[in-house]
Amino acid sequence: MKIQRCKGMRDLSPAEMTVFRLVEGISRDTCAGWGYQEVRTPTIEHLHLFTSAGTLTPGMLGKVYSFLDWDGWSGERVVLRPDSTIPVARLYTESLQGKGLARLFYATNIFIFEEAGEKTRERWQCGAELIGAGSAMADTELIALSLEVLKKLGLKGVELRLSHAGLIKALLGKLGLSPEEQSRMFDRILDGDAEALAQVSRESPEVGNILKPFLSLKGQSPGFLRNQRALLARSMPEVRPHLDDFLQAVALLDELGVKYQINIASGAGFEYYTGMIFQLFIGKEKVGGGGRYDALIPSMGGGDVPASGFALYLDRLISLVSPETFAGSAAEKVLVRVKSADAMKEAFKAAENLRGAGYVAELDLDGQKTDARWMLEVRSEAPKFALIDNVKSKRVRYKTFNEVLKQLEGEGGDKDSPA
Amino acid sequence: MAIKIALPKGRLLRKTAAMLQKAAWGLDEYHSNMGFYRPRSQKFPDVLMRVFHEKDIPIQIAMGNYDLGICCLDWIEELLVKYPSSDLVKVRDLLYGEGALYVAATSVPEDLRQNGAPVRIASEYPNLAEAFALRKRMSRFSIFPVWGAAEAYPPENADMVLISAKASAELAEYGMVPVSKMLDFSAFLIANRNRWETKNLDKLVTSICDTLPEVEKKAPVKDEVDSTEIKTRNRAGETAVDAVRLALPDGHQQQPTVNLLNRAGIGIDDYPSETGNRRPEINIDGVTVKVIRPQDMPLQVANGNFDLAITGWDWLTEHLDQFPSSPVKELLDLKSSKVRIVAVVSRELSVDNTGGLRQLIAEREEPFRVASEYVNIADKYARDNRLGHYRVIPTWGATEAFLPEDADLLIENTETGRTIARHNLKIIDTLFESTGCLIGNTDAVSAVKDRRIEALIKRLRAAVEDV
Repeated sequence: MKIQRCKGMRDLSPAEMTVFRLVEGISRDTCAGWGYQEVRTPTIEHLHLFTSAGTLTPGMLGKVYSFLDWDGWSGERVVLRPDSTIPVARLYTESLQGKGLARLFYATNIFIFEEAGEKTRERWQCGAELIGAGSAMADTELIALSLEVLKKLGLKGVELRLSHAGLIKALLGKLGLSPEEQSRMFDRILDGDAEALAQVSRESPEVGNILKPFLSLKGQSPGFLRNQRALLARSMPEVRPHLDDFLQAVALLDELGVKYQINIASGAGFEYYTGMIFQLFIGKEKVGGGGRYDALIPSMGGGDVPASGFALYLDRLISLVSPETFAGSAAEKVLVRVKSADAMKEAFKAAENLRGAGYVAELDLDGQKTDARWMLEVRSEAPKFALIDNVKSKRVRYKTFNEVLKQLEGEGGDKDSPA
Repeated sequence: MAIKIALPKGRLLRKTAAMLQKAAWGLDEYHSNMGFYRPRSQKFPDVLMRVFHEKDIPIQIAMGNYDLGICCLDWIEELLVKYPSSDLVKVRDLLYGEGALYVAATSVPEDLRQNGAPVRIASEYPNLAEAFALRKRMSRFSIFPVWGAAEAYPPENADMVLISAKASAELAEYGMVPVSKMLDFSAFLIANRNRWETKNLDKLVTSICDTLPEVEKKAPVKDEVDSTEIKTRNRAGETAVDAVRLALPDGHQQQPTVNLLNRAGIGIDDYPSETGNRRPEINIDGVTVKVIRPQDMPLQVANGNFDLAITGWDWLTEHLDQFPSSPVKELLDLKSSKVRIVAVVSRELSVDNTGGLRQLIAEREEPFRVASEYVNIADKYARDNRLGHYRVIPTWGATEAFLPEDADLLIENTETGRTIARHNLKIIDTLFESTGCLIGNTDAVSAVKDRRIEALIKRLRAAVEDV
């Protein structure tokens, strides 16, 4: 019988894990630098956390891993976490409510049952949630933070696309749809069905005439939104507050010199967004996204708390980051070889001391070949140590471990501080 | 390779048999539900045929165990709604066996998304029921997958049901109104996708299609119910808070149950009911009765929908194997309807015990297939006996038909072992003996109710010991 992993699941090899940890580490350090604190939520949550209107779209709910657990005789299902934001909002509501502003970040896996193609069903995300702040400045903070992570990862050609859920909803409100059709249309737009809005505006030409330029054009400056506002202010006064809200954040991004593209008819598949939505692309690949979700925590009974957040897609980032950019940051490796059978204890001791001094000390178990520059041979009788430099093809004997260390450190001018 | 076709038993059997007769297949034993599962055709002597419960057929086709199958669209959609990329092709509407799936309730709820308490939906179609709940954006819902009798649940034990009916008028018979019509269905010829693409099935397909009328199916007649027509038969009055809710079994468990009640001096009207009444009257104050499937009882007692139920030890075990923390327990062994739960293999297999099974499994490449109506008992048995890489195939009856081609081991109940022997099978292990039992919930209820429950148990215990 051939052993295989489950369909849609992936293993991460040592090489992939190195990049994974690197990306995760940079995300963690950057978030911590902005004052965010790490949280971790459970893999299993109640299904009903994700089913209420204003959480996940039916399209996404159709791809949730749901099942009855061993307490499931009530008939209510649990799920493998299909989204990372909603559990953090749940955590806030359950245990951080009333404690003021919360800046939270996480690295977590989410599960989506994809039947098609090579898509993986377990996906990793690094993200941050800013809970308790509802300003344009808060939106801008999250965008700047996410861009900083990508910059620190050495990624070039990052494209920022902006839309606004409140604006989309207000525009839909003008189309004379029933509330049910309206929410279905909103779901379709958020599920990435860009045709949806265009189609409806065809059916309702008078509104369509106003909407069409808005939906088809892509703006690059606050001027775009100001022009749209001038055009819509009279015929659609109800969209104005959303345009103003959007404009504030866009103006702030402009001042910070952040480049962006405004594309209203683009969504992200998350119904919980209420305000600005942003997506991050590198080339054709979406590497992350986020937005404002002011109604989510109130709907969980967490009080009138505004919030926004973003997630970066780790799986995509690890395929884009070149680890060479960060080479040299790892500690130097020394292979420790036992030269006489009774020197075993000595060798373990030497390896421990090497690790204490900040080196990676690997015990040679079977005369293995090594890519390490240094090899330390250990004997039971003096001189106990011989240090071999594979680069310079040099072999020197030492009586004490301190002499070995001194030699390593002396030669180690090309080595980053091991401590 | 021989063509394999899966034929339905149950509701489609008569019309399918008639169609195949019209197609001159010359089948020897496909005309009754008597438990013959291997018909042969004079016209197509090489075609391998098996008779399955209709619900099993889409799964058998999707798995590739059979090339062709006949079953109704409702069971096809029940599979596809959860597993849309199943390898199943709907070949042809066969234009018989029409019906529709309705979501129904005793009254049309104003807002399906009751925020707060979960909406309870009982159905033989749990996947479609879940899809309905998600589509309607219900924030909290519980699906009760039932073996049958879903119509008996509302309003006390479920808020809604998803059931099949010929027309919405049939719902009125149950005292319900349609909330939504999910699907119009009829019998379909289906095929495994891969076989359809690679194998010559044309002779069979032609012979079936030639029997069909040429006219296209008419659009279904608009089917609406006037809610004033609803009969009040099933509209039970508000159950008093302290009334003990007792579930009695339908099917062949009815006679032993009546005998027991008689011995206990408890009178009951219209049970077993010839008209399908599921709410018989019992002559004890403070006790109400509903008739449901014994398979569904432990879950219903766990949920507090019923206080007491008469079911089998096998179904209680099945429930507890799935939900070990469930508050259901046996209150009284009724010592009736004794069966053994056994592990069964084909007589052709040179294996006589579980040790032999393990050896057999270790030597083979493919996963070992265990078919059973008792999915959780079978799963636990396979785990406990370390049957390696195994797969449990849930079945809905007629499990004997699965051996030897479509499963390697059955977990089955048997009274005498005769059915097993007749299908050329043999028993290699007995898991346990099962008898009828009275079950209840370990969570405390009210004091009045507890007293009533105690009194009822006492009378039944006396009746059991009286034998």
